[in-house]
Amino acid sequence: MEKWENNKAWFLVLPVFLIVAFSAIIPLMTVVNYSVQDIFGPGNAVFVGTEWFEEVLRDTRLHDALGRQFLFSGLVLLIEIPLGILVALAMPKRGWGVSASLITLALPLLIPWNVIGTIWIIFTRPDIGLFGVAVNGLDLLSVPFDHTARPIYAWITLMAMEVWHWTPLVALLCYAGLRAIPEAYYQAAKIDGASALAVFRYIQLPKMRGVLTIAVLLRFMDSFLIYAEPFALTGGGPGNTTTFLSIYLVKIAVGQFDLGPAAAFSLIYFLIVLLLSFIFYQVLLNVGKGEKR
Amino acid sequence: MSLDWMAWTLPTALFFLIILLMICGMLVWELVSPTVERKGFLGFPTTRGTRFFIGLLGTGYIHLAWLGLTDLSLWMALPISAVWIFVAMRWG
Repeated sequence: MEKWENNKAWFLVLPVFLIVAFSAIIPLMTVVNYSVQDIFGPGNAVFVGTEWFEEVLRDTRLHDALGRQFLFSGLVLLIEIPLGILVALAMPKRGWGVSASLITLALPLLIPWNVIGTIWIIFTRPDIGLFGVAVNGLDLLSVPFDHTARPIYAWITLMAMEVWHWTPLVALLCYAGLRAIPEAYYQAAKIDGASALAVFRYIQLPKMRGVLTIAVLLRFMDSFLIYAEPFALTGGGPGNTTTFLSIYLVKIAVGQFDLGPAAAFSLIYFLIVLLLSFIFYQVLLNVGKGEKR
Repeated sequence: MSLDWMAWTLPTALFFLIILLMICGMLVWELVSPTVERKGFLGFPTTRGTRFFIGLLGTGYIHLAWLGLTDLSLWMALPISAVWIFVAMRWG
């Protein structure tokens, strides 16, 4: 590739840098400042060093929330990525079905997140909700279905909501990846008499690596930072069984107004997200590179 | 513009200043001798900037682990982190 002598185009990135500085870097610096102080009000703060970090690191409720968060994000990736690929493979390739399926898939993505929570509350209510009434009408469960009654029911409802809400994103990304594969690859596969599975394994999957990277990263980060939907649906309950990191964090920061511990907590949260995103990125960037040589 | 709401303290200001200086140092280093991508003990191709990032991220984790797992002075985590950054930069 030709190397440019003039690198002035980099200055065009400057506006973005300024916006990011105000929307991310300055708030992050403020959080770092808050995390080492006990703040009583504006201009009234006491330096406490690493006390909040020690407190937060030994908080068993935080450990539990972290465990739940990993379980949730793991389940989200395990279900949504394969399901999204399957949906994308099953979508029509030409004709009116393309527009119809694209619009149908995009609908959940257009709904505000707290409304999604409300929709699912109503959908699963045991007295008037379509799902709740139908499941309880079948009379299969020993305890009637009610997402506020049992942790397992709350988790099932949450996972169903999350999968319904975000699998379309994975599917749309994969569909775009599939559409970008030139027809020649399929023709070559046909000449070689490749099975559908081989076509998927050696043509479609490698060609979707780029979009899958984005899908995995987006789904991991969004699910790891999820707040509005579980807050609207379960509010963290029953008990603490669906209290994820962000819900617990908001409880500390806004509910109890403990800005110091909340800031320390946020920084640990940030480091975890940073490390995991970096690992995902590197793995997906380097996977399959060896095959080309 | 008042910066009271940011609640600056001397330690955090020094912390960010040092990181800023390190990033500027990396920039100068890059201009003097541009980095070459290579593969070290980390097992994936890295540039100097990537290794620097890994070094700093590891430093954060080392300090958190020190706080969470021991009752010793946090200053003892600093030389360990310095060694870690050196190892990551040199052989990573």
